[in-house]
Amino acid sequence: MNPVAVVAYSQSECRADAGAMNEVEMIMPQLQAVYEQVGIDNAQDVDFVCSGSCDYLQGAAFAFVAGVDALGAVPPICESHVEMDAAWALYEAILKIRAGHAQSALIYGFGKSSPGELPTVLSQQLDPYYLAPLWVDSIALAALQARLMLDSGAISERDMAAVVSRARRSARNNPAAQFAGDATIEEVLSEPYYLSPLRRSDCCPVSDGASAMIICTVDQARAWGCPYALITGIDHRIETHHLTLRDLCDSSSTRQAAQTAGAGEGHIDTAELYAPFSHQEIILRRSLSLPSDCIVNPSGGVLAGNLMMASGLSRVGEVFRRIVAGDSTRGLAHATSGPCLQHNLVAVLEAA
Amino acid sequence: MADDIISEMAAPIYLPYRFTAGRAPARFLAQVRRGVLTGQRCPRCEKVYVPPRGSCAACGVATEEEVVLPDKATVESFTIVYLPIPNNPIEPPYIVANLVLDGAHISFIHLLSECDNQTVRIGQRVQAVWKDPEDWDYALDNIRYFRPIDEGDVPVAHIGHLDVDGNWEGDT
Repeated sequence: MNPVAVVAYSQSECRADAGAMNEVEMIMPQLQAVYEQVGIDNAQDVDFVCSGSCDYLQGAAFAFVAGVDALGAVPPICESHVEMDAAWALYEAILKIRAGHAQSALIYGFGKSSPGELPTVLSQQLDPYYLAPLWVDSIALAALQARLMLDSGAISERDMAAVVSRARRSARNNPAAQFAGDATIEEVLSEPYYLSPLRRSDCCPVSDGASAMIICTVDQARAWGCPYALITGIDHRIETHHLTLRDLCDSSSTRQAAQTAGAGEGHIDTAELYAPFSHQEIILRRSLSLPSDCIVNPSGGVLAGNLMMASGLSRVGEVFRRIVAGDSTRGLAHATSGPCLQHNLVAVLEAA
Repeated sequence: MADDIISEMAAPIYLPYRFTAGRAPARFLAQVRRGVLTGQRCPRCEKVYVPPRGSCAACGVATEEEVVLPDKATVESFTIVYLPIPNNPIEPPYIVANLVLDGAHISFIHLLSECDNQTVRIGQRVQAVWKDPEDWDYALDNIRYFRPIDEGDVPVAHIGHLDVDGNWEGDT
């Protein structure tokens, strides 16, 4: 595919509770930040805007429409929304640019998860006949998945703790992180179980915040004169919502998405994986066959802070940041949605 | 056996939320609690929003400057409601109106009463009728309704362009 350039990215701090702030107030600072990175004034200066959010987080129908108040949509702008993580808004924006309908696009995602009981809210994304009426929450399903992996010998609790320990250490360099520190594997293993076999630190936290990104054609990136990275491939695949019909110890949809995104066509030196639970990072690394020298989740990943509807976009943004800083030449970004890694998106980014 | 076919199942959904209005709306509501109406001015287009949401939706910038507004307004549009709404204590027919406070540029919806429904009109001047101060809460229904006042109508072109003293360009 013709590469699309990422020219700007910003993410708010991950906060356990954004307090009185509403969604518009969370979005605006991130939009201002990406406008400044590119040197534009507002959303009027891009051809297309696409956002990702979920009304269930706010508990209000059409809540996403209020997010548009952050944009400055007079005169009217070309705008769209996905009821998904903004990584899928990025996907839509890339299609728009590749179809020749836009030269540039603004993407943003936001989620204030603290007002509701997030794991319970997420139970309502399950199939409405068999699982949603049981109110199985997202942590319970992840715990069942982890148990399946432990019992089959695919992982050990020490492997899971190693993921947590590395995420906490990496997050020390991430000013937006909610959790950072230097917990050793032994310290993680000494924690009590939260929902066996998961410990609290195996689970991503509930976080409030937003992120934003600007992408464009290579010509537009040169015209703006700002540093950029190239998205050379992107794809997403989804598996059945019947959990018992899936191999929960593997992620075939991630593997397929990575193949068609061209991940295997060169060395991946950095990967940002959207793994809300420690054992899921191991599933993803194996499904992606990442090389042993690949740096995984240098930001600390979502164990350091999980902005629902924005963290997927942020994975792409974190890889972009490292490429522009010269710390990476070819990286992979992954986003997920649904219970137990049901739906997965993979993007490949390269230095310009 | 047709009787064994499950054709319907109840799966009620109940999710509790701790709603927050937002920083800007919270400042507005704190003032309403004291019987004061405050708008917020856009630093770019200088329009005043009431109730404020924290951003100018037209310009996409944060609104910080607060403007105290009077409780007089102009009818921008209205509708007469004849249908009873379940759990609504108001007896139909009643009037719901888009009102623009003096000094503000964006309308909000409130009730209009103490008026002849047949003579309510766009451009009509109205003023708030407040509840007793001891009943004031963090809510815009501290104002029971708006009622007509004895002031000349505002021409349509000037609605939403009055200053805080209720004057409009060309007004005598």
